[in-house]
Amino acid sequence: MKEKINSILTIAKEKLNSANEMQALEDLRVKYLGKKGELTGLLKQLGSLSAEERPKVGQLVNQAKQELDERIKEKVAEIKEAELQKRLEKEKIDVTMPGKRTNIGYKHPLSQVLDELKEIFMGMGFSVVEGPEVELDYYNFEALNLPKDHPARDTQDTFYISENTLLRTQTSPVQVRVMEKQKPPLRIISPGRVYRSDEVDANHSPLFHQIEGLAVDKGITMGDLKGTLETFAKRLYGEDAVVRFRPHHFPFTEPSAEMDIQCFSCGGKGCRLCKNEGWIEILGCGMVHPKVLENCGIDPEEYQGFAFGIGLERIVMRKFKIDDMRLLYENDMKFFESIK
Amino acid sequence: MDLSLNWLKEFVDTGCTDPREFSERMTMSGSKVEGYTLTAEEIDKVVVGKVLSIEKHPDADKLVVCQIDVGSENIQIVTGASNLTVGDLVPVALDGSSLPNGVKIKKGKLRGVESFGMMCSLGELNLTQNDFPYAIEDGIFVLQEDCKPGDNIVDVLNLDDTIVEFEITPNRQDCLSVIGLAREAAVTFQKPLKLHTPKVNEKGGDINDYLSVKVTAPTLCNRYMARVVKNIKIEPSPLWLRERLRSMGVRPINNIVDITNYVMLEYGQPMHAFDYRFVKGKNIIVRTAENGEKITTLDDVERTLTDKMLVIANEESPMAIGGVMGGEFSGIMDDTTTIVFESACFYGPSIRNTSRALSLRTDASAKYEKGLDPQNCKEALERAAELIDILNCGDVVSGVIDVDNSNYTPATIKLEPEWINAFIGMEVSKEQMIKTLCDLDFKVENDIITVPSYRQDVLHKADIAEEIARFYGYDKIETTSLKGAVNAKYTAEQKGEIKVNETLLACGYSEISTFSFISPKFYDKMLVPQNSPIRDSVKILNPLGEDTSIMRTFSLPSMMQVLATNYASRNMSAKLYEIATEYIKVDGQELPNEPKKIVIGAYGDDYDYFDLKGAVEELLFALNIKDFDIEPVSDIPWYHPGRCAKLSLGDDEFGYLGEVHPIAVKNYGIGKKVYAASLDFATLLKHSVSEKEYHHMPRFPASTRDLALVCDKDLPVVSIEKAIKSAVPKLIEKVNLFDVYTGDQVESGKKSVAYSIVLRANDRTLTDEETENAVKKILKALKTIGAELRV
Repeated sequence: MKEKINSILTIAKEKLNSANEMQALEDLRVKYLGKKGELTGLLKQLGSLSAEERPKVGQLVNQAKQELDERIKEKVAEIKEAELQKRLEKEKIDVTMPGKRTNIGYKHPLSQVLDELKEIFMGMGFSVVEGPEVELDYYNFEALNLPKDHPARDTQDTFYISENTLLRTQTSPVQVRVMEKQKPPLRIISPGRVYRSDEVDANHSPLFHQIEGLAVDKGITMGDLKGTLETFAKRLYGEDAVVRFRPHHFPFTEPSAEMDIQCFSCGGKGCRLCKNEGWIEILGCGMVHPKVLENCGIDPEEYQGFAFGIGLERIVMRKFKIDDMRLLYENDMKFFESIK
Repeated sequence: MDLSLNWLKEFVDTGCTDPREFSERMTMSGSKVEGYTLTAEEIDKVVVGKVLSIEKHPDADKLVVCQIDVGSENIQIVTGASNLTVGDLVPVALDGSSLPNGVKIKKGKLRGVESFGMMCSLGELNLTQNDFPYAIEDGIFVLQEDCKPGDNIVDVLNLDDTIVEFEITPNRQDCLSVIGLAREAAVTFQKPLKLHTPKVNEKGGDINDYLSVKVTAPTLCNRYMARVVKNIKIEPSPLWLRERLRSMGVRPINNIVDITNYVMLEYGQPMHAFDYRFVKGKNIIVRTAENGEKITTLDDVERTLTDKMLVIANEESPMAIGGVMGGEFSGIMDDTTTIVFESACFYGPSIRNTSRALSLRTDASAKYEKGLDPQNCKEALERAAELIDILNCGDVVSGVIDVDNSNYTPATIKLEPEWINAFIGMEVSKEQMIKTLCDLDFKVENDIITVPSYRQDVLHKADIAEEIARFYGYDKIETTSLKGAVNAKYTAEQKGEIKVNETLLACGYSEISTFSFISPKFYDKMLVPQNSPIRDSVKILNPLGEDTSIMRTFSLPSMMQVLATNYASRNMSAKLYEIATEYIKVDGQELPNEPKKIVIGAYGDDYDYFDLKGAVEELLFALNIKDFDIEPVSDIPWYHPGRCAKLSLGDDEFGYLGEVHPIAVKNYGIGKKVYAASLDFATLLKHSVSEKEYHHMPRFPASTRDLALVCDKDLPVVSIEKAIKSAVPKLIEKVNLFDVYTGDQVESGKKSVAYSIVLRANDRTLTDEETENAVKKILKALKTIGAELRV
């Protein structure tokens, strides 16, 4: 009996060694360990043995089964590993080939910068408010201390719709509309389209964008105006940015100023970019004229405020070094792709 | 406004010799400098030479060889000029010299004869005969100045000056003059201002015997002053006066005209001189013109006037358009012997309107427009009369005519130092404030400030604050932060816009920005019917041109324009969008509505209608809008009749999408199919559900059934989908269309559509029976719309 077991085991092991496929292994398993397998068959013959031999032989058969079973499992693992290696080898790809892109769209350069400005001012507590582009003369001019026949109206060549309506020349009318409705404290910026009858060229457009800002509260000073706008300049142009405030005139602010930034190209020495002045004008600003506050029903003895106006196109052109304003409105994909 | 620093020196010695520093400091005190020019900068090594001899050139008939004494030596110069005589003093550009406009002079040979420089004409020194009337235009400039060989020509001709260009804001008309800027400079540099009071040497007679002035339009002319000068000798002005005019960009003409221009530059007060011969009836009448009245102005143009315009007339006809330009036959001529000097103040807005209506802008009108100071008329008139005496060119008749309707009372403002300091955020003492104000010619007594007459811009204590602050220095004001917390957050609308931008960018659409005004022709291009309300646009009264003459009532044409630009630029494909404003007139409303539209447009070989619809669906998904309706429409003129859909949400239509009509596409010159959508942003926002909540994930298994149906070819699949959903609204989870087929296998005029339908109950596993019942209900519902199970 013992010899028989060993002989079966030896043959089985030999066959096992030469088997290289899963099916062959399965066949071997059935042949020896299956219900009708050769080793299983030996167990059925136990009954013909003496009670003394029976457990011994039984144990031998079981040991043989176990040994064979383990060998089969080992072999299975080996073959699986080999198959996996083969598959992985076969699945090798050129990982440097181009990715499948969805091609995200380009955000318009004006929006890119406007979003940046909004973020800066919202960080300082300014909410974003919009207003109509076709506007009443009253809001665009009169309430802002620019009565009919005021000479300063000349500097803003206006498109008229009728005697009383026009295309707003500035986003400042929004500050009047806001002050009429809301009481201080107020902090708003108002971005949007404005219109002036300038012929289109590399530096002019009859339609452009402005961001108007306004803060009204008790005890606001010109120092606050300077501080707020200096912070804005540093956030936009970096902490090294140097600004100056220079007296100017706007009918709706008093005192008025323009903020210049020291030329980034020459560092203030004077070059072509800054027309030899060393400074580049960034925005106009000033303390809200007491008459404007009065026009909006706010008591100028109790409240003060400041306002400012920023031209978006100029900032965009400077930021991306765009030399022709017309490109912004042509919307050629090649132009968008060229900003990189 | 150009300012000659030589002239400025007459009124204030700033002690500042560096023009850059001068510009910087003037700019920071409120007089913005745009730039400056050194007038003699380009002229180097040009000296006075004396012609010693003139001999014929041995080999050229038209050239002569001159020996010239240039002070340090005698040099030989060959020239082609023929106006020289021995002993003449001439400008000589030496070897290695430079002249205006970048010209360099070097020694050389002319036809074999050596020449060591060049004798200059007026033009070569950038001068004209107006500057030196005794010289000729085409020949060497033979000097009649007091000079000797070797003298620097820049000094001899007084060419060395610095011209500073100022940007004067409209509130500071007083700074449109040398004296006005001198006052600013004096306070800026803290140096004394040397003003001069004109002294008139009257020569007897009585002006009232010569002239009377009547002003019948006192609101348009609030002051009119005049003087009469007789025994006039018309001749060129002396060099110093010509040089002053030239430095400020004014062409010298003759002594009388030059005097009026000189006074205008010095005082900022426009002056006019009439030839007395033309003051018919010895009467000057300042009146409004009659409608249709004509005058030929000095520039030889006949102009038709209206009753809104002011004229200076004699008893018969207008002699000048008040404050704008004189008439052809009233000005100074070579034989003029008696003149009337006018120094008047006209109403600015009226001058501006007249000047605009006639398209005639002059130095005078530009000044009057700003609103001048009537109190300045007198000094200017006296200065003109004084100059007559200084130039010794006439006799001033005694007496002045002054029709003064200005009712001038000086403005007064209370000085409130604490308020000013608090308003600006500075600490300036009251004494310092008073000093600055007094330097600026304000008077301060018992805390009451009296404003000088020429500072009509100062009306309020905030204006006083500005005067103090600008001389204190804006740069010295300490920067502070706004106090107190104020919250800033986006509104629902702004958040919606951000969502739209994010989504469309992610879907591969690029954002564009287009003009809001368009040409009415755009409507033609888009096939908009003539009677369509779309054509009822807000019109601009004074457009730049037709292309930008109306405000768009719909934005698709702008999108088409941009697609056309891209196509012309050879971009193979383009996927674009814009959140565009439209301008819609509303009856009984002064201002139009300004709705925003989301406009999407695209073309490209692998782009079709369903790419566009996919983008729209992504957008609606991102805005969390559910259950929108879509139906095919064929009557939108600018869309392909078989490829256009209308979108709605309940009762709210919110837009269209489709293939743009091939004719419209052709009108824009695009050679590919174009797809476009326009969606109303406000409607989308209204239906956008911003609050979401968690719905429990399915706990019971779904049953899936595939249905192959046959229906009319034209039946929109959306109606099949709706029928399926409404048949078993509680059980239906998904309806997926996976195949549409037309062809041999189905009857003609029919199509086969295949759906995968997912059914699920949220509280139990559906039994086979329930599922079959559901399918039966679905099929029954489909039958009513003409869709049957394919067999």
